[in-house]
Amino acid sequence: MSTTTHLGAASGENATPPAASLPPLIELHGLSVRFGQREILRSLTASLQGRAIGLLGPNGAGKSTLINTLLGFYKSSAGSARVFGYDIATEVRNIRGLVGYMPENDAFISKMSAVSFVRMMGELSGLPRDVALERAHEALFYVGLAEARYRELGTYSLGMKQLAKLAQAIVHGPKLLILDEPTNGLDPSARQRMIRMIREIRDGQEMRIVLCSHLLRDVEETCDEVLILKQGQIAHYSNLDLERQANKRFLELEIYGANGDFTEAIEKLGCECAVTANRMKMVLADGVETRDIFRLAAEREVRIRRLNFRRDTLEDIFLKAMETDAQSLKSGGSGNGDLQK
Amino acid sequence: MAIYRNNYKPYTGALTPAWSRFLVLFRYSRRNMFRSKFQTAFFVACFFLPVLGLFTIYLVHSASFLQQVGVPSRLVSVDNKFFFYFVNGQGALAFLLTAFAGPGLISPDLANGALPLYFCRPFSRAEYVLGKSSVLAILLSQITWIPGLILFAVQGSFAGTQWTWDHLWIAASMVASFLIWIAVLSLLAMALSAWVKWRIVAGALLLAMMFFGAGLAQTVNVVMRTDSGYFFSLGYLMTTVENALFQIDTERAISAVDAFIALLAYCAICLGLLMRKVRAYEVVQ
Repeated sequence: MSTTTHLGAASGENATPPAASLPPLIELHGLSVRFGQREILRSLTASLQGRAIGLLGPNGAGKSTLINTLLGFYKSSAGSARVFGYDIATEVRNIRGLVGYMPENDAFISKMSAVSFVRMMGELSGLPRDVALERAHEALFYVGLAEARYRELGTYSLGMKQLAKLAQAIVHGPKLLILDEPTNGLDPSARQRMIRMIREIRDGQEMRIVLCSHLLRDVEETCDEVLILKQGQIAHYSNLDLERQANKRFLELEIYGANGDFTEAIEKLGCECAVTANRMKMVLADGVETRDIFRLAAEREVRIRRLNFRRDTLEDIFLKAMETDAQSLKSGGSGNGDLQK
Repeated sequence: MAIYRNNYKPYTGALTPAWSRFLVLFRYSRRNMFRSKFQTAFFVACFFLPVLGLFTIYLVHSASFLQQVGVPSRLVSVDNKFFFYFVNGQGALAFLLTAFAGPGLISPDLANGALPLYFCRPFSRAEYVLGKSSVLAILLSQITWIPGLILFAVQGSFAGTQWTWDHLWIAASMVASFLIWIAVLSLLAMALSAWVKWRIVAGALLLAMMFFGAGLAQTVNVVMRTDSGYFFSLGYLMTTVENALFQIDTERAISAVDAFIALLAYCAICLGLLMRKVRAYEVVQ
């Protein structure tokens, strides 16, 4: 997969501030969680500060356990963690006051209309009764359940239940929205709607998001940072934007009117390139920028119709992380070695 | 036509006090409970006995009317036994109401996985249990000790201040009996509701606890040649405590203190079972 820059179009339209400017959202200090004899999370250490953080990993990697531990549902067996600076062991009530949580599994009250359900959840978060009612309507409108808001939740389809869960998670205006597998069981159009909504929330600047998923596409489309877990350990943690920038040396061009002269000129700059018909692939040499390519093309009247920056897809990053982790496990490493940014 | 874009807005106003949030659960659970016409009808029917008691007290103090119908005025007396029978009668109705209403309190939340939604908020497990149990406690109070105190007050107004002062202990015994019974019933119903996801089965189990408990008690007594079997019978334990509180002179196989301790132990066990089950996610070790 590649990022396409259409010539002449403005880039960088996303108003999301860089993650580095945000205070740390979640800090993990050797966090371990053990159920009986089984260690589910093993000494996790990281500082997550993105606007939208994706938790990735194969089934059983410990993603949901990490979320549940941050919410205070499970006790840590060692280490500590902080969310918005609040300790999960002693200040979990403060954390819960700032968090909206959308669980993975079915979670609703069947004999209750959606508006009553969302209102009740708002009131439990501390909203006054009339405000909770008003915001319940607003939240249900926002997620697209306006027409169905007086129906009992038990009669909802799976996709509608997911939206109702999202509505209850945002009704009280949390600072952090935790979404556990939000696209589970959704058909493609419902999934697209959910992803669009998550991106809208992310870009709205009011909430930060932790999205837990085993679907790479969901994370890739919504998150700017990703934490990959495997067997309860951190296999990789990266800023997706930085990863994308780091891979901007590999270009794919669609060119017209080129002859051997253009290729020679590029090679003289120290770039490696391969041409097939109207396609050209190249690896930029150090110190060479895309504007140099444009200059050479202009001098030789070569038309560049398309220029793609090839980058690692999240899948590449994920697979690489899995390989690295497997190697480090073989060699007795902890798998946490490449965490520090 | 006006077009509104639905944007998300954060909430910046004041929050309700944390201590009051368990009342949210009470309000919603109570509303759900009275959606059943049968339960509402049964709740109303539970006031038959208090109304009958009021009528009886009025008759007892209407000597001229009793003379007219030829009933001796000493046939019914409003004393500790009168209130003891009232407590027994209303206690039985309270049990039946609990069997209908109690199992629906927690089991739907468990069956639909709603508990994480409660506990991901600044709302603790203790507040959840308090909110749910307050539904039963207030409902049962409305048909037990509150009408009981009204009966006592009416009797006091007819019999005079001296009688009221001399028999104040009856009011205290009545309130104490009902509160113990409400605590036992509420905790038992909620523990069963938490452990059995199907509300009908949970209701049936509650009935079975009462009736099979009495049968089990008798079986243990006969087979083991002991009186310890009565500890399995909630009804017997409660009646023993009530006998002592109302100073009814009957022979009981176990002492009132033992019975009271046994009831406390039942409450503690139910609370333990409840807290074990009421959690966001169950940890399978």
